[in-house]
Amino acid sequence: MSNAESTQATSQQYLSFFLGGEEYATDILRVQEIKGWDTVTRVPYSPDYVLGVINLRGAIVPVIDLRVRFALEKAQFDAATVVIVVHVAGPRGSRIVGIVVDAVSDVYSVAAEKIQPPPDVIGAVDHMFVVGLASLDDRLIIILDIERLVIASVLGDNQAAA
Amino acid sequence: MDMEMEEILNLFFEESLEGLDTMESGLLTLEDGADRETINNIFRAAHSIKGGAGTFGFMEISEFTHSVETLLDEMRNGARSITPDALQVLLQSVDVIREMTQSAQAKTPIVMTGANALSGELARILAQKSTPGAAPATAATAAPMPQAVIPAPIVKPESAPGDAALSGPIEGWRITFAPDPSLFKTCNDPLRIFEELGSLAPLEVTAMTDALPALSALDPTQCFLRWALVLRGAIDHARIVEVFDWVDASSKITYEPIFGAGSPGTPPQRSTAESPPPVAVRAAATRAAATADAHPGAAVAAKAGGESGSLRVATEKVDALINLVGELVITQSMLGRFAEKYEPADIEALRRSLAQLTRNTRELQESVMQIRMLPIGFSFNRFPRLVHDLSRKLGKKVDLKLSGENTELDKTVLEKIGDPLVHLVRNALDHGLESPEKRLAAGKTETGTLELNAFHEGGSIIIEVKDDGGGLNKERILAKAVERGLVDADATLTDEAIYNLIFVAGFSTADTVSDVSGRGVGMDVVRRNINDLGGHVQIFSVKGQGSTIRIRLPLTLAILEGQVLRVGKEIYVASLVSIIETVQSTRQNLSCVAGRTELFKHRTDYIPIIRLHDLFGIEPDSREITDGLLVVLEADGRRVAMLVDELLAQQQVVIKSLETNFKQVPGLAGATIHGDGTVALILDVPGLIRTFLERQGMDMGRAA
Repeated sequence: MSNAESTQATSQQYLSFFLGGEEYATDILRVQEIKGWDTVTRVPYSPDYVLGVINLRGAIVPVIDLRVRFALEKAQFDAATVVIVVHVAGPRGSRIVGIVVDAVSDVYSVAAEKIQPPPDVIGAVDHMFVVGLASLDDRLIIILDIERLVIASVLGDNQAAA
Repeated sequence: MDMEMEEILNLFFEESLEGLDTMESGLLTLEDGADRETINNIFRAAHSIKGGAGTFGFMEISEFTHSVETLLDEMRNGARSITPDALQVLLQSVDVIREMTQSAQAKTPIVMTGANALSGELARILAQKSTPGAAPATAATAAPMPQAVIPAPIVKPESAPGDAALSGPIEGWRITFAPDPSLFKTCNDPLRIFEELGSLAPLEVTAMTDALPALSALDPTQCFLRWALVLRGAIDHARIVEVFDWVDASSKITYEPIFGAGSPGTPPQRSTAESPPPVAVRAAATRAAATADAHPGAAVAAKAGGESGSLRVATEKVDALINLVGELVITQSMLGRFAEKYEPADIEALRRSLAQLTRNTRELQESVMQIRMLPIGFSFNRFPRLVHDLSRKLGKKVDLKLSGENTELDKTVLEKIGDPLVHLVRNALDHGLESPEKRLAAGKTETGTLELNAFHEGGSIIIEVKDDGGGLNKERILAKAVERGLVDADATLTDEAIYNLIFVAGFSTADTVSDVSGRGVGMDVVRRNINDLGGHVQIFSVKGQGSTIRIRLPLTLAILEGQVLRVGKEIYVASLVSIIETVQSTRQNLSCVAGRTELFKHRTDYIPIIRLHDLFGIEPDSREITDGLLVVLEADGRRVAMLVDELLAQQQVVIKSLETNFKQVPGLAGATIHGDGTVALILDVPGLIRTFLERQGMDMGRAA
């Protein structure tokens, strides 16, 4: 993992991942671990982007397919498919949730002033889940508000989201 | 009281009891010499207890602790020297506060006898205007006091009548007992005397060992000890003297009254100024406090009822665990050997080791579960009193029989079953058992019998509430149900279905609403509570002979006796308790109502069929009911047949929460982890039935 930017006082580290050819990133402090794809147990009455639950060392953890969540074409899961396990603070205590992405890319240090506010709609992603855009090495990275995204997805109480 | 408040309250109890321990150990250190920090610690502990008790409305504790705090504050400021006498009283105060706290925790009325007796003592000490640095012995000589030095058994209680009149009522006696060395030869045993005194009122015994010769010079047949006794209670002087009746006249006994707390002026004091400070006998004092406790069970009950967050575990249970872990380590090393060097010939040894590991694991699991197990007696304990009070109020004669109090069940289940049981017992007393006249008229004994039984059956615990009263009146229940529109007038219901109607919310056949029961709230709550615990209720009743309410509960909430079943590719677990039976249906047993509700003829009833694959949106092996299996489930008094593809193993599963990281899902009670690490969902049968009915938009009551 490279870290091109020199660490500044206001910069934060982000873990980036690919999803349908685009690069997204999340606050690295929310990431608990990255694991390979494993079979999930489907849970009835769940939205389609909730693939089901897995056993993470004794804890029952829901897994969200971000492609489905962002209305992208559903991908075939293979050995490269990874689950990023994030922990987020929810309304009733913190939760651990797995999110399926195409592949994990890199860790970046991004200074706060380099993050531009998002336009209203970025592809299929609702802007309320986007912190901003960062341009690094000629690449555009969409920084997600993973906490908001995950909580809204898991609790299914956000109808505004796609 | 809501759970949050309960939790805060428990925290207060736990902290108070810890604070009392701090005070106790601190006070014991003070006996060896004062240390500012120690006094501060003791003071702070007392202050927190006072504040907390006041906040939670335990005014008795708060007030009593306040006077203790005042005394400690003076010691802390250096305004008062620390005397052994004061320390003794403070230690006893700790015992009393602990006792009060425990009874408050056990939600029993706070026993004030100990506190009342000690408040006087505290007031007495507070009234002593001791100056810093004054030796306790000097302080004692400072005020000469009314007393009677009299050879036993001469009675002279009014030796200081003036003082008694001035100082208010007598609250106790200070007795010094200096027996003649030949005491034992007259067949007197001081212990027996003290025990007899202790039976009159709480007694504190302090032994004075100053006359004790060196061991080499000690004649074991002689008594060299002297005792200072404090008897706390308005006991008639003559009765005390009576106790010492047989003591030889050459023994010296002094009696000195202790006056009420409000006593002005000269407080009574120990006159034996020449004696060195007595050796405080802690054990004796504690024993005195223990005997003073009118409810010996209170402390035990406090342990059972109060703490939700912590668990008191018997040492044997922990020892058993340690043993098992030891065995596990041995098994592990046995298995580890194969990893280093494995030869095909070792397969037999490997199998044996694995078998041992299996056994170890199972035993370990059982032992860990054991830790959470408490005897149901903790819940039964409250009933003798409740039945006593209630039967008197209702004018009925009841003989309460408890059995199986030692049957153990999970602490969580135990805590939650208490209220439903109280409700059932109240119901049995109010509606079940008849008045003595009615009983006699019916040719029964005047006294009714109410039985509470608990026993294990399979993986469940059964609790029965049984009365030999009038039994349920089927016709009346049915009539009431028809009147309330719960069932159609022409419906034919089984006895069981009729009895189950009493669990419907708002249902009551009682003509008069008493303050005991009859409002029709309660039975539905009882059933809901029991269902929430994963159990179910059954009613058996014979008119004129009585009713039995049988509650079946899982032993624990952490582990479920489950039936693993399969629908398509999905695996689910259903609680075995909710499964009545599983059948393969034939076409003749199936019928359809209004073209959409499929019914299955189960014995004599028609019950609706739940297609789990439709409900959960799964692709099944086959949509033909005759191809699959029908699992007959019961919950909330309703029966349904659930269509599944296959039944797999019956096994114990560990229940994991779905809610922790995800959310509550209708029809699911949680999840569990299979041996291969995959997750299987546990069906919530009552929830499943509710979900199904919502979807069908139909009322079970009409279909049943």
